[in-house]
Amino acid sequence: MGRPRSFSHHRPLGLLVVAGAAGAGVLLPLIYLLLRAMEAEWGVVQELVFRPRNLYLLGNTLGLTAGVLIMDTLIAVPLAWLLTRTELATRRWLVSLAVLPLAIPGYVMATALLGLGGGYGALARLTGLSVPRLGGYWGALLCISLYTFPYVFINVRTALAGLPRNLEEAARSLGYTPRASARRVVLPQLVPALLSSWLVVGLYTLGDFGAVSLMRYESFSYAIYLQYAGAFDRTYAAWLALMLLTLAGGIVFVHSRLQRGKSYHAVGSATPGGASPAPLGHLRWAAYAYLLILFFLSLGVPIGTLGFWLFQRPLLPELSSLASSAIDTLSVALPAAALAGVLAAAVSYLSVRWPGKLTQALAGAPYIGYATPPLAFGLALVFFGLRGVPWLYQTTALLSLGLALHLLALAVGPVRSTLLQTPPRLEEGARALGRSWLRAFLEVTGPLMGRGVLAGTALVCIVAMKELPITILLAPPGFSTLATQVFSYTSEALFAQAAPYALAIVFLAAPLVTYTLGREVNG
Amino acid sequence: MRISMVLVLSVALLFVGAHAAQSEEITLYSARAQSLVGPLVRAFEQESGIQVRVRYGANAQLVGQIMEEGLRSPADLFWGYENSLSALAKAGLLKELPDDILALARPAYRPQDAMWVPTSIRVRTLAYSPDRVNQQDLPGTVMDLADPRWEARVGWAPTNAGFQTFVTGLRLILGEEETLTWLEKMRANRTKPYGNNTALIQALAAGEIDVALVNHYYLFRFLEADPDFPVAQTLFPEGDPGNLLLAAGMGLLSSSSAAEPAQEFIEYLLRQEGQAYFTRETYEFPAADHAQPVTSVAEIADDAARLAPPVHLGELSDLGGTLDLLRRAGVL
Repeated sequence: MGRPRSFSHHRPLGLLVVAGAAGAGVLLPLIYLLLRAMEAEWGVVQELVFRPRNLYLLGNTLGLTAGVLIMDTLIAVPLAWLLTRTELATRRWLVSLAVLPLAIPGYVMATALLGLGGGYGALARLTGLSVPRLGGYWGALLCISLYTFPYVFINVRTALAGLPRNLEEAARSLGYTPRASARRVVLPQLVPALLSSWLVVGLYTLGDFGAVSLMRYESFSYAIYLQYAGAFDRTYAAWLALMLLTLAGGIVFVHSRLQRGKSYHAVGSATPGGASPAPLGHLRWAAYAYLLILFFLSLGVPIGTLGFWLFQRPLLPELSSLASSAIDTLSVALPAAALAGVLAAAVSYLSVRWPGKLTQALAGAPYIGYATPPLAFGLALVFFGLRGVPWLYQTTALLSLGLALHLLALAVGPVRSTLLQTPPRLEEGARALGRSWLRAFLEVTGPLMGRGVLAGTALVCIVAMKELPITILLAPPGFSTLATQVFSYTSEALFAQAAPYALAIVFLAAPLVTYTLGREVNG
Repeated sequence: MRISMVLVLSVALLFVGAHAAQSEEITLYSARAQSLVGPLVRAFEQESGIQVRVRYGANAQLVGQIMEEGLRSPADLFWGYENSLSALAKAGLLKELPDDILALARPAYRPQDAMWVPTSIRVRTLAYSPDRVNQQDLPGTVMDLADPRWEARVGWAPTNAGFQTFVTGLRLILGEEETLTWLEKMRANRTKPYGNNTALIQALAAGEIDVALVNHYYLFRFLEADPDFPVAQTLFPEGDPGNLLLAAGMGLLSSSSAAEPAQEFIEYLLRQEGQAYFTRETYEFPAADHAQPVTSVAEIADDAARLAPPVHLGELSDLGGTLDLLRRAGVL
């Protein structure tokens, strides 16, 4: 029966429909913002939006974003190298520790760091040593870096672990020194991983308000917040959000240009799994010191602070409420993560195997959704949900969908990175043997892509668990996640009461981190 | 056989009864945190048999949501603050409340438009570090904080609703020009901006600032967690704009299809039990005439009533003008 199958580069329709739906869903908020922005009066726009002060705030935001990217890279690249290429690579639990800070909500990290210094601070009370509290640019920079570096780490580590073992050996045999082989062979291979993680961390930093406001650093999100919270205004807030999105769009565009036309996969036979681990020798102690300081700041400080709060009150009466919040949290975060994983696979596969204007645009769209201020994103889903699918409004289904769309970009990064390293030849071979693209995908590429999808799904799940604005707007009444409980208590300065819920987020994320992000090292 | 029949029947009846009792249901969007008012809502459910479905969230988020939902909103009630309630009333999203409910609140606290009703009262205070500021050195009026003697020692929260309402009060008392001058002087005096009241009190404890303009109830929570917490608070002398009274209140949404049980809930909050809850659990003052604050807040409640400036709570709705002024002064 074998109908001849060509290598024709027709994009599979089914895949295109799924990816197109994801793209449309992610861009709905943009339409909403444009609709709102059109209600504005020009005079007021000039007064409120094109203020010199907004330019100053935009400069602040860009400065912070650049700082966070540099800091994250300086933290994450050596860390990824230590945990894949040296004797430390055998210690899996180190990988879990390196990823876990991702589960710390930004406002918890900021509160914990702020609680260290000052006359009433933890340091002063434990050691009598009073240091000034963190704050401003450096406070915001440190705080955001300490819970976003794992994102860069995961991407770089996935790339390092996926490098063919014989690549460096080949470079060495061609006469490169170890240093030259690292610079000219390994580093270029890390470029897509770095670019995609910079994109996500950069867009996150552009829009962050929680950590930035606690650290008293005036960023552009401050101006947006002020319109929503101070003036209860959605029109000029939309203008400001669109300004931010224009900037984000420019970044996404530059990113896609940088990535275009590059191939990173092996052509012949390749043994993934990375080069054999290097002994650290006398550098071992420096490496341990580095890990100790990093884990102390990124995990010890926030978890220690939460632990300190926790022991101020009996935990037992909270247990049933804690359990129900944990169940509510998972009942939304897990479906959101699964959906994001599927959508990310479709979007990435399409854009990597059938590169073109349309598929590139579809691959870029999730980043715009991710850069949309969450409050605006949530309001957009209120707007469209109530008009388009009123029967879904205020159900966990719409909430999961909203979170999946908003966080889709988190899953796209790792999926794309693994795909870029998978040779298309394998699939073409399978298709030459008569397989449909779907079977070729499921039998050949799917399994190779698996670790990227798993990592992306886990990332979305962790971030969905600590998400606030969208959850608050779209959850059914009476629904309370761990994050909304933390918010409910900390907003009223009831830190001891908030602690068990914040710790529960970290402890729910821990197994997720260990069994997915920690495991994918062996492919 | 008979006995089992009776049992089945009575269980069935119980079921029907329970179902009937639950058939009345209202939806509440609450900017007041679950941690503060959750137990009160549950107490009302038990007493009335009316089920209250609550969405807890931040003030701005819920107002944005209600505005976006418009008349399709599934919510019956909004529980927020004078600024957000005024904004909703202005947008035409609140229904006028019946006189008998309004009459439960003290006349001085009622908004003029009868679109919402205060449920509890709070006061603006001066929080300070007793280690770094002697009682006799405290400022005689909030206006004094612009003096060079307070340079870089004062904290405020310009994005916070309580602070913005205070500025609205200042405009009513002093007029636009004088308020603007004061704001500019405060800014030139290097007054430090923080995000909210909690951040201000933590900054006082940390030693970053010596005095701060806050709402009164946050400090009570810090003192509850640690009786030795190194911050105190005080009111300014009688009539000072710094002692402005603020309200948390509730409005009935235009979209509501369950106005009757919703009003029953408002009434419950303004009756003895509800009012006592606020003074006992959230350290606020009663908004109703008959209620007396319990001991822990009795002193500051009395002082606040005595020392507050002569501004009517209902007049504090011109948020737009305040934001304008704060922008012109370079504070926002």
